[in-house]
Amino acid sequence: MRITCPYCGQRDLAEFAYGGDATQPRPDEADLDAERWAQYVFSRKNPRGWHQEYWQHLHGCRAWLQVTRNTATHEIAEVGLPHGQ
Amino acid sequence: MANRLPNAIGIDTDSPIEFSFNGRRYTGLQGDTLASALLANHQRIIGRSFKYHRPRGILSIGSEEPAALVTLGTGAQAEPNTKATTVMLRQGMAASSQNCWPSPRFDLMAINGLFAPFFVAGFYYKTFMRPASAWEPLYERVIRRAAGLGKAPDGPDPDRYGQIEASCDVLVIGGGAAGLEAARTAAATGADVMVAEERAWFGGQLALAPALVNGQAGQDWVEQTVRELEGQPNVRLLKETAAYGLYDDKVVGLIETVASDAPSGARQRSWVVRPKQVIFATGAIEQPLAFVGNDLPGVMLAGAALGYAFRFGVAPGKAVLLAGGDEQIVQTALSLKQLGVHVVGVVDSRQTPPSDGMARLADAGIPYHVGCVIGRARGWQSVAGAEIVPLEGTAARMNERQSVRCDTVAVSGGWQPSVHLQCHLGGRPGFDQTHGIFLPPELGEGFQTVGRAAGVINDGDWGPVDRLRVFPAAGGGKRFIDWQHDVTVEDVELAYREGYRSVEHLKRYTTLGMGTDQGKTSNILGLHALATVLGSSVAEAGTTTFRPPYIPITFGALTAAERDRDFRPVRRAPAEAAHRALGAEMITAGLWYRPRVYPQPGESAAHAVRREAAQVRATVGVVDVSTLGKIALVGPDAPEVVNRLYANGMKTLPPGKARYGLMLRDDGLIMDDGTVARFDTDRYLLTTTTANAALVLSHIEFLLETAWVDLQAMAISVSDHWAAFAIAGPQSRAVVQALLPEEDLSAEALPFLGVRETLFEGKDCLVMRNSYSGELAFEVYVTADHGLRLWEQILQVGQAYSITPYGTEAMATLRIEKGHIAGPELDGRVTADDVGLARMVARRKPCVGQALRHRPGLQKPNRPRLVGLLPMDSQAPLKAGSLLRPIGAQEGGDAIEGHVTSVTFSPAMDSMIALGMLTRGDARHGEIIEIWDGLANQTFTVKVVPPVFVDPQGERLHG
Repeated sequence: MRITCPYCGQRDLAEFAYGGDATQPRPDEADLDAERWAQYVFSRKNPRGWHQEYWQHLHGCRAWLQVTRNTATHEIAEVGLPHGQ
Repeated sequence: MANRLPNAIGIDTDSPIEFSFNGRRYTGLQGDTLASALLANHQRIIGRSFKYHRPRGILSIGSEEPAALVTLGTGAQAEPNTKATTVMLRQGMAASSQNCWPSPRFDLMAINGLFAPFFVAGFYYKTFMRPASAWEPLYERVIRRAAGLGKAPDGPDPDRYGQIEASCDVLVIGGGAAGLEAARTAAATGADVMVAEERAWFGGQLALAPALVNGQAGQDWVEQTVRELEGQPNVRLLKETAAYGLYDDKVVGLIETVASDAPSGARQRSWVVRPKQVIFATGAIEQPLAFVGNDLPGVMLAGAALGYAFRFGVAPGKAVLLAGGDEQIVQTALSLKQLGVHVVGVVDSRQTPPSDGMARLADAGIPYHVGCVIGRARGWQSVAGAEIVPLEGTAARMNERQSVRCDTVAVSGGWQPSVHLQCHLGGRPGFDQTHGIFLPPELGEGFQTVGRAAGVINDGDWGPVDRLRVFPAAGGGKRFIDWQHDVTVEDVELAYREGYRSVEHLKRYTTLGMGTDQGKTSNILGLHALATVLGSSVAEAGTTTFRPPYIPITFGALTAAERDRDFRPVRRAPAEAAHRALGAEMITAGLWYRPRVYPQPGESAAHAVRREAAQVRATVGVVDVSTLGKIALVGPDAPEVVNRLYANGMKTLPPGKARYGLMLRDDGLIMDDGTVARFDTDRYLLTTTTANAALVLSHIEFLLETAWVDLQAMAISVSDHWAAFAIAGPQSRAVVQALLPEEDLSAEALPFLGVRETLFEGKDCLVMRNSYSGELAFEVYVTADHGLRLWEQILQVGQAYSITPYGTEAMATLRIEKGHIAGPELDGRVTADDVGLARMVARRKPCVGQALRHRPGLQKPNRPRLVGLLPMDSQAPLKAGSLLRPIGAQEGGDAIEGHVTSVTFSPAMDSMIALGMLTRGDARHGEIIEIWDGLANQTFTVKVVPPVFVDPQGERLHG
């Protein structure tokens, strides 16, 4: 797998670290609703097919990226900065 | 050269190469493989077989070779089980036979062959069942020595290996006609192309047999095409590079042989290639025939016999008999004859071959035995003759057999496309009824199989679908299917009789195809033998699973440079050399080396730890804390970020002060702890434990970039930028004052947890008054390149105060005495409440982990809580990891109430002390319980005490 970092260009998988499901909205820290937080922390989707994931360019620019990846084929459709940016 | 045929295309007759085989010196030629050089020197017996120790010769001309295995090199560099057919001859190469003693010609272990009836399929499983006690001492040792392949080298491999990550648009596996043409086509589109060819030359079959390509000699076409490809910047051609595995996401593993026996030079490179498209041009592999004596040296695949003559100018023998059942065997005989090889006949199992072949053989004066098979190959150690038997249907007319004198029997059971790699992702090959071959599975977009591997054949066809491959056992004897594992047709029949009828069972019971050749020449023959006893078709018999690696690969190539001390990078703190010079015992902490203890000459480490810890409490000590994680956090919103990151209140932390910081994970459990120092309204330094430095930095970056995107702050690691030393003990202020004479370090000017930025000898310096040991203490930071200087200066000025350097062991002693938590307590399962820090955590403050730390399971009253443990016997050898249970409890199970986390001998208490996690421990102070060391089966009676052993009021802290 190769990921095209928006800052560094296309780089080998070895430079990146997987950072989890990017589809679950993270509640605000001021939100003390345990149900919402439990949903975010523990209910992770594990779909076969297209998925939104966080990856960090750990051994590169260290940017956190949002990657649209097919978990079955490892095809990458899109790499961007995390939502909101 | 006297022993070579003229006009060979692959050798340079002017460049002799000296090599040795079993200690004897021989001469080969530049371009030879070890196999061709051995054949040219009339060495036909290469080694002995796995079970029966029968002589083994050279069957093939490539990586499909099951028989000609040698050990290359000697001593620690020795590489056992190397295929002589794949090794390029190099100057001074030393090869030796395996599985034989004293020599391959005269092998005492060949006596195994006499016991052959006992070594049938599954002999491991049934012969040595009982008594079990005899397995290890008798069966394993004796049988393993008698049966087996080469010996593993006895020392660490001194050779070097490399690893390369690569990518390309198109990876072509196989550099034969189809592969080169595919590469040329792809390159013409501008694509970035890589071609991996496992042999040391390109051309595939064109390099091994005479052929024409568009009217041009095959070899000329190959040379021209390779030259053309070499001239293109977007093409990379790799020779001696075998694809060994296909993995998810089109990842292909390649092994490139740089030098098969380079003394301590780079030997192999492993490539991990991520191509966008994979083209399999893997060709086809010729299959042998089963007949009695077919394993004798001198029996060779017909294509290999022709290849040795055509490419290397090596006649496979002085008198060659060919056997097959298609047009190609006729053509091979004619080609051999044309190259100057003496062909004594062609045996063709077909009853009515086309007439033109008959005429051409007659013209060439080659006897043609139509409707015949080989009844047996005769010979003691290698082929001396063969019996030709006419067929009646599939039965042999034994009374009409005739003997032929020959030293080589070149056989062909037809070709099978090489589909191994294409099946590594789990697909199975499909049987092509019209051609009688297995074809690769459909792999979808981005994969393509071309040429012979795809079933495309130009010269003639694949031969008769119903060709005879398993010849009748004329007069009895072994008909081999697997040359390496000594599996015979009779073994397949026996396995069938014993109920092993699925091909997967057959494979495991007989070990058919499980050798280093992975059944490249035995699977098809085995399937035909199985289909015969099953009375079914080959398609119905099915195939076994193909798994990587396609060829044997060395561990060296896979680990490459990542071994021994290079397994992981080493991080060295600025003063490391000084610690070593002081005689410190070093210990790894993550990637770092840290001083564990500084024993004086003649002093035991245990004593040194006590001395160091006691001295800190008595006068002063210094410990290197440069390896702690250090993160700079800056920005207008840095205060808010810090407040959200830590569970304890940070809003009130003013500039110029530091505070202990407890970091939770999202799930409410403790992630890490450290110090938060504030230098300015918008500038912080956060420290982490050595172990969690990388994790915490990624965590902060994640939050800043994905969640708290509206906050303006940046985090960056400054772990490598600062050297840091903790100076602790009643005299620490005097030492730091001597280091920084200009500074006012009084309790008023720099109170507990005060921080200050200053200069040490003109270099940036931080002073932080915090304490891990419970003593009056200062952490002094200086820019890393001045760290060694600061360390030396601390020891220098500290002399007047009897300063001692102390290591991580004494540091642990001091923190256990104070009940400070560290890695052993923070094992990812504990909450702030569990370790007695509940009061520190602000209850409603918005911070990471706040919402989930109140979950009912984390609030249960019976959770293990941090306690101190004081043994009744002050010298009790407590061990961390031991379990806690009530006095008199039996064994473990439900009685277990927790475990010991940290243990030390406390000089202050003059006793062993421990920290542990004990169910409801905070409410059980004073109780007597038991520490159970289940491994040593020891128990120790201990008293549960508060986790702070020394100075519970914290008075020493303030000096």
